[in-house]
Amino acid sequence: MTAVAAPVEVEAAAAVAPGPRRRRWRRLVSPVAILLLWQALSMIGVLSPDKLPAPSTVFQTGWRLAADGTLGANLLDSLTRAAVGLLIGGVLALALGAAAGLLRVGDDIIDPPVQMARMLPHLALVPLLIIWVGIGESMKITLVALGVFFPLYFNTYAGIRDIDERLVEAARTCGLGTWARLRHVILPGALPSLFLGLRLAIGAAWLSLVVGEQTNTQNGIGFLMMEAREFSQTDVVVLGLFVYAGLGLLSDLLLRMLERKALAWRRGLQAT
Amino acid sequence: MAARIAGDVSTLVRAAGVRRAFGATTVLDGVDLAIGPGEVVALLGGSGSGKSTLLRILAGLDPEATGTVSVPREHAVVFQEHRLMPWKRVTDNVGLGVSGGNVRARIAAALTEVGLADRARSWPAELSGGQAQRVAFARALVREPRVLLLDEPFGALDALTRLKMQDLFGRLRARHGFAALLVTHDVDEALLLADRALVLDGGRIAEELPVRLEHPRAPDDPGFGPLRRQLLDRLGVPQRHP
Repeated sequence: MTAVAAPVEVEAAAAVAPGPRRRRWRRLVSPVAILLLWQALSMIGVLSPDKLPAPSTVFQTGWRLAADGTLGANLLDSLTRAAVGLLIGGVLALALGAAAGLLRVGDDIIDPPVQMARMLPHLALVPLLIIWVGIGESMKITLVALGVFFPLYFNTYAGIRDIDERLVEAARTCGLGTWARLRHVILPGALPSLFLGLRLAIGAAWLSLVVGEQTNTQNGIGFLMMEAREFSQTDVVVLGLFVYAGLGLLSDLLLRMLERKALAWRRGLQAT
Repeated sequence: MAARIAGDVSTLVRAAGVRRAFGATTVLDGVDLAIGPGEVVALLGGSGSGKSTLLRILAGLDPEATGTVSVPREHAVVFQEHRLMPWKRVTDNVGLGVSGGNVRARIAAALTEVGLADRARSWPAELSGGQAQRVAFARALVREPRVLLLDEPFGALDALTRLKMQDLFGRLRARHGFAALLVTHDVDEALLLADRALVLDGGRIAEELPVRLEHPRAPDDPGFGPLRRQLLDRLGVPQRHP
């Protein structure tokens, strides 16, 4: 009797408050269901393969392109563009954001034009960029750098401005000079904001890359998709979408791991 | 910036003619002050009397003040809030800006003195208010200060913790013999800890009262009554007469 009753009780408790592990699995249910439904609709012919190929077809295409090296080579080209743009835009944003956040004269000179330029949707600059730097590689990299610059600049600026002035004073009474205060107070204090800025910046970088790679490109994931569209290879187009989504997901995951490590003090209470 | 001059041997901290105005409001109107080696001076005053302003000037945190100020380089400040860096563990907060040999050992010794040797690896967010303030005292002690500048250091603590901290301060002072300027609005605290009490009023030191009572003191000592009454009178607190 008791042997039967016990598991029932456990299940009832679990249904009221599922553990985090159980919840994580439960959150997988609906995406998998959608994928299965998509596959089923393709197999019974409701979805035409010209409009939307089955997930299994997309997977097979991905496998084929990965095996012959096409996917890897184009992925590397796209990643390089994103990385170079991120580096240029990131360094500029950090330098200008820090100058505007730390120095009054920097704030007066740098912040007004940046605030005005922020209102321009940077993706709408493509025609102008083509006139300025041509349709080659520099146009794509400039577009990524522009996308990266604004979120990172604003979060660097805000992160520095939001630091508790009383902590800076305390550091001063501890005998810390300007550089030591930058290192021990300003940088760690602005770090949460910098991480937020970086996450937004990376999101903007992928978006800029997608748009940039649709104009006169000879390589990259965007090129793969544009070329496939001309030959009506819908499976490759969908594969490209999946790759873009995967890149965004992966970079976010990586950054979150880094953040957890660097900002351990914020979780101080849970950590012990 | 108040001019900083070299002090002589008998006075450790000296301020002369210190003035500070915020807009049209003059908060300090020519303050003179001297603290001898090992002397604890309480600075009392009503809200907005400028006692914290004076302490900030002595700590070198107010570049707008005028007058002459002399404070030894070996000074440390404890504020009303602990002001620990949330991103540094307790041990790194205590050692902030400390240089020289065996820093680790000195930090450990300072933490032991405030009774927190076992919390060296904690984050400030994991400490109670009283513990965090004890870390702030350890951060001051590790600098081996000749004078401590204390801005209502027990003001944000609950009543019980405050009593324990006042006791701790008394013991630390007996062991290290540092001088201190203790800004407070608590008359009993001033009488408990200080050798001399000053009352700041109208931008000047309006009253100076030596506290000649034996250590350790307790608020129910017979000598407390008259001194307390005198200070409260000067601070404008009406007295109930039996």
